[in-house]
Amino acid sequence: MYAFELERPTSLADAVNALKSEEAQALGGGQTLIPTLKQRLAMPETLVSLTAIDELKGIRREGDTLIIGGATCHADVAAEGSYPALSDLAGLIGDPHVRNRGTIGGSLANNDPSACYPAAALASGATIVTNEREIAADDYFVGLFETALNEGEIITAVKMPIPQAAAYVKFEQPASRFALVGVFVVKTANGVRVAVTGASEGGVFRWSEAESALSSNFAADALEGLKVPSDGMIGDIHGSPEYRAHLVGVLTKRAVTKAG
Amino acid sequence: MPADGGIGAPTKRREDLRFLKGTGRYTDDLNRPGQAYVFFLRSNVAHGRINGIDTGAAAGMPGVVRIFTGADFEGVGGMPCGWQVTDKHGEPMQEPGHPILAQGKVRHVGDPIAAVVADTLDQARDAAEAIEVDIEDLPAVIDMKKAIEDGAPKVHDDLSSNLCYDWGFVEENKVAVEQAFKDAAHVTTLELVNNRLVANPMEPRVAIGDYDQAGDNSTLYTTSQNPHVIRLLMGAFVLGIPEHKLRVVAPDVGGGFGTKIFHYAEEAFCTFAAKALNRPVKWTSSRSEAFMSDAHGRDHVTKIELALDGDNNFTALRTETYANMGAYLSTFAPSVPTWLHGTLMAGNYKTPLIYVNVKAVFTNTVPVDAYRGAGRPEATYQLERVIDKAARELGVDPIALRRQNFVTEFPYATPVAVEYDTGDYVATMDKLEEMIDLAGFDKRAEESKKRGKLRGVGVNCYIEACGIAPSHLVGQLGARAGLYESATVRVNATGGLVVMTGSHSHGQGHETSFPQVVAEMIGIDASMVEIVHGDTANTPMGMGTYGSRSLAVGGSAMVRATEKIIAKAKKIAAHLLEAAEGDIELKDGQFSVAGTDKSVAWGDVTLAAYVPHNYPLEDIEPGLEETAFYDPNNFTYPAGAYACEVEVDPETGKVTIESFAAADDFGNVVNPMIVEGQVHGGLAQGIGQALLEGCVYDEDGQLLTGSYMDYAMPRAGDVPSFAVDHSCQTPCTHNPLGVKGCGEAGAIGSPPAVVNAVVDALQRAGKDVTHIDMPLSPSRVWAAMNQ
Ligand SMILES: Cc1cc2nc3c(=O)[nH]c(=O)nc-3n(C[C@H](O)[C@H](O)[C@H](O)COP(=O)(O)OP(=O)(O)OC[C@H]3O[C@@H](n4cnc5c(N)ncnc54)[C@H](O)[C@@H]3O)c2cc1C
Repeated sequence: MYAFELERPTSLADAVNALKSEEAQALGGGQTLIPTLKQRLAMPETLVSLTAIDELKGIRREGDTLIIGGATCHADVAAEGSYPALSDLAGLIGDPHVRNRGTIGGSLANNDPSACYPAAALASGATIVTNEREIAADDYFVGLFETALNEGEIITAVKMPIPQAAAYVKFEQPASRFALVGVFVVKTANGVRVAVTGASEGGVFRWSEAESALSSNFAADALEGLKVPSDGMIGDIHGSPEYRAHLVGVLTKRAVTKAG
Repeated sequence: MPADGGIGAPTKRREDLRFLKGTGRYTDDLNRPGQAYVFFLRSNVAHGRINGIDTGAAAGMPGVVRIFTGADFEGVGGMPCGWQVTDKHGEPMQEPGHPILAQGKVRHVGDPIAAVVADTLDQARDAAEAIEVDIEDLPAVIDMKKAIEDGAPKVHDDLSSNLCYDWGFVEENKVAVEQAFKDAAHVTTLELVNNRLVANPMEPRVAIGDYDQAGDNSTLYTTSQNPHVIRLLMGAFVLGIPEHKLRVVAPDVGGGFGTKIFHYAEEAFCTFAAKALNRPVKWTSSRSEAFMSDAHGRDHVTKIELALDGDNNFTALRTETYANMGAYLSTFAPSVPTWLHGTLMAGNYKTPLIYVNVKAVFTNTVPVDAYRGAGRPEATYQLERVIDKAARELGVDPIALRRQNFVTEFPYATPVAVEYDTGDYVATMDKLEEMIDLAGFDKRAEESKKRGKLRGVGVNCYIEACGIAPSHLVGQLGARAGLYESATVRVNATGGLVVMTGSHSHGQGHETSFPQVVAEMIGIDASMVEIVHGDTANTPMGMGTYGSRSLAVGGSAMVRATEKIIAKAKKIAAHLLEAAEGDIELKDGQFSVAGTDKSVAWGDVTLAAYVPHNYPLEDIEPGLEETAFYDPNNFTYPAGAYACEVEVDPETGKVTIESFAAADDFGNVVNPMIVEGQVHGGLAQGIGQALLEGCVYDEDGQLLTGSYMDYAMPRAGDVPSFAVDHSCQTPCTHNPLGVKGCGEAGAIGSPPAVVNAVVDALQRAGKDVTHIDMPLSPSRVWAAMNQ
C-alpha cells in the first residue's frame, strides 16, 4: 500500500468537495479498494470515506420503492427484508466481515462482472441516484468495471422498485465465491426482467429472449429450448464459455421456480 | 491413569488456550531491537535472462539500508538438496545449482532477483519498485512431457536436459512384470493427474536473522517444522556457519503441512544479511508471495496398468509417472515421487510383481516438494482408482475385489522393498462397512433422485509408510541425513519435569499428548510435565516433524529417556528404602519394595537426586536428567478403509459430499481426541484436493491461481460431519509405544474415495464416464457428463 490521506466527512457536501481533487477517491466499505491498494495497483492521494455520512446510510420504503443509501452495508440490506430477493442476495455476498463493511454503492460503482448487486439493480429496473443526477439501471452499466458515473460522482442512493415476485440464484465460483453465474429474475405488472451476472465478457446483461418467453408464461417450462450463445461468455479456469452459457439457462429456470 | 489424563485419555489440548486467546507467540510476533525489513523483488516472468540490474536510483531512496542481488552471493553456497536419487542406469540425478538470489537467469514467476533491506517494509517496497531489471524473456517449459522433448528450452543451461532422473523400481522386476501383463486375463489401464497443490498453512512463512557481534553468533527465527535440519543445512552447506555458532528458533508455528520442512532462500538471506549489516533483518511473506515461493505439492501425471488373472487376482502392476520438480530441487523433492511413492505401490494388496517408472522433470514453475502425505497420496490415488476401474470393467463388487486381494499375513514383504510389520485390512474394511450402511444406499439414492440429484458411493483402502525413519534404510535410499529422533528428560528437584524434544509441534498437540505418555510411565499428573521444542539452543539434535513421525519416533525417544530416568530413580529409591534395586516397583508415583508396605514418593526421590545428603554417590551421579536418541528399524504402516457418498447435480456438475467415513488402524492411540482432529484435518485437505484445490499455470508460466480469488480452499461448509473410527488397532511391533502415526492418513486416504464416488454416481445414471481429473470442479464434472 502506498501512503494516503484519509478524510471522513460527515456530510455529502463535504464529501463532494473533497472528491473534487483529481487524486482523491471515494472509499465505501473498502472490500474491493483496500485489497487493490495493498497490491499497489492504485495510488490515490486521498481516500474520502463515505461511511460516516448519515444521509448516505439506511433503508426506507416509499410506496413500492425501496430507497437504499449508497453507503448502506450488505448486512443491513440482508436484514431489512421488504424486498426478499434483494435481502437474499445481500445475505449471500462474501462472509460476515464483507457484509458488514461492503456497501451497495461501492459494489455498483465498482461493477465487477461477477458481482451480485448489478444483477439485482438491472433486473429490478433500479434508479441509481448520485449527487449529480438519477441514472436508470439500463443506462448505468457500461462494461467490465465500467459505469456511467463521472469522475468524483457519488452514488447517494439506489431506488429499487419492489416487484410482484423475484428471485436471485447464484452459482458460486469455487474459490472466490463470487457469482460464476448469477441470475436475478423479476416479475412486475409490466413484464419480466432477467439480469445475468458473472457470465458475459460485457458484464451484467439482460436476457431478452427469456424475458419475452417469461412475460407470457412465468414458468420454468417457458424457457425450454432457449439458450444464450456461448460467444462472448467468459472462459477461465473455473468454467468455459459453453459452461457459463449453459448455467445461465439452468439458473434462470431455478430463479423462476424460486420466485414462484 | 494419572488424574488429568494418561495414555488413552482424550485430554483437551493445553496449547489451544494460548492459540485461541491470541497469546501464541509466532515468528511474526517476534521483533528484534533495531530490526530492518527486507522486501524481495521477484521475477514476474517464468523464464528469462538477466542482462542487468540497476539498483542505483533505488539505493538512494529514503530508509534503504542496502540492496542485495545475486552478485552478492557469489562464493556463498546455494540452497542444498537433502536427497540424492540414483536413476535406472545407476547414475545420480541431475542436480542444478539454486542460488539464494537469481544469478544470470530467472526460472519461475516468484524467483527472487533482488532483496532490498530498509528501515521499514514500505520503504523497502518503494525502493524495489525503483530497481530496473533488464530481463530478456526466454520461452518457458511448463508441461512436463514437452519439457523433456528434444530441443525443449532448458531450465538449467548447464544440465543435459530437463530430466532430473528416470527412475525404475524395482528394475530387476521389469521383465517379469512385462511377462505377467502378457499372461494376464484382464488388464485395466488408467491415465490420471495428481493435481498440483499449494499447502497454504494459516501462518505464512517468516524469517528473522539476528547477529551478535560480541560472540560472533547468528540466530535465525523461522517458521520451520525442523529447526535442527535448517541449522545443519544452512550452516554447513549455504553460509558456512558452524552449528555451535548458529541457533535456529521455530516458536509457535501456525501449520506446516510439509511446506515448512524445507530450507528456503529467504532464511539464508536474512541470516546472511543480519551479519553483513550487523542488524536484525525480518521478512514476512505475504499470502501472494506464499503462492509463488512456498514449495508446492503433488503434480504427478501417471499411467497405471493393473493385470489380473482369470480369478480376478492381481498379478502385476505397472506405472509410468512424470513428477514435476519445478525450477529447482527443493530440500527433499527427489524423494517424494520415488521412495515415498514407489515403495507404497503395493498398497494393501498382495500383488506379486510391481514396476514403477518415474521421470522427474524440471519446469519453469515453483519447486515442488512434500505436502501432507508426500508421495503416498499419489500412490494411493492411482492404485485405488485403477482397482475401482477394474471392478467396473469386470462387473465385480469393488469391495469384494479389494478383499480378495488383501494382504492377510504379517509381516509381509512387498515386491517394492518394504516390509509391513502388522495390519488387519479385513478388520478395517469390516468396520467401515459397519459404519456406512451400504444396504441402505439404494433408498438414499432414490431419495436423492427425487431431488434431481445423482448419488454415488466410493470406497478405497490406503496404507502408508510413516514414522519416517530408519536412518540405515533411508541412507541406502539416498537421504543425506539421518532420521532418528531425540529427547532429553530433565527432572527438577521438586518432581516436575521438562521434556526437550527434537520433534516440533505446529498444530499436532505435542504439548498435550507427549506429557500423557510420561505421566503414565511415572504415575504422576500430566500437568507436572512440560514440553520444550523448537529451539536448537535448548533441545537435543532432532530431525523435526513430518511424515507422521513425532509420536512414533520422537515419542519413542522420550520413552527411552524416561526409562533411563526411572531406572536411575529406582536406584535412588532402593538406597533410600535400604532395599535391593531389583525389588523396587514404581506405581502411581510411588516407589515401593515388593511385598512390603515400605515406599517412598517420586518427589522424595527427585529431591534426593539434587540434595544428595543420603545418596549412593559411589554408584551414581547426582541429578536426574537423561537423553535418548531413537532410531527404529522400520517404518510404521497405518492403514485403513474410507468411504464417501456424494450427490451430483446433473444440471450444474456440482458435487456435494453427503457423508464420509474413515476406519483407521493407527496401532495404539495416546489421545483419541487429537487423533480424530488429525484425521478430520487430513480429510478436509484430501477432499479439498479432490473437489476444489488446483494450482494452475498458463503456457507462459504465469500463475493463474495466485490468490484465494482463484485457488479454492476447502471451507467448513464443503465437508460433512465425518464418521471416524480407530478401534481396529494392530500395534506397531517395533516401537515401544506400539503407535503408528495418524497425521497424514486423512489426506492420503480420501481423494480416491471422493473420485470413486463421483464416477459411481455418473455410471449409475448411465453416463459413460470412467475418470475425471481432480479437482472435480462443477465445470469439469459437467464437461465430463456432456462430452
Ligand atoms: C472475500 C470477499 C468476498 C466477496 N464476495 C462477493 C460476492 O459474493 N458478491 C459480490 O457482489 N461482491 C462480493 N465481494 C465484493 C463486496 O461486495 C464489496 O463490498 C463491493 O464490491 C465493493 O463495495 P465497498 O463498499 O467495499 O467499496 P470499496 O471497496 O470501498 O470501493 C470500490 C470502488 O467503488 C468506489 N465507491 C465506493 N463507494 C462509492 C459510492 N458510494 N459512490 C461512488 N463510488 C464509490 C470506490 O472509489 C472504489 O472505486 C466480496 C468481497 C470480498 C473481500
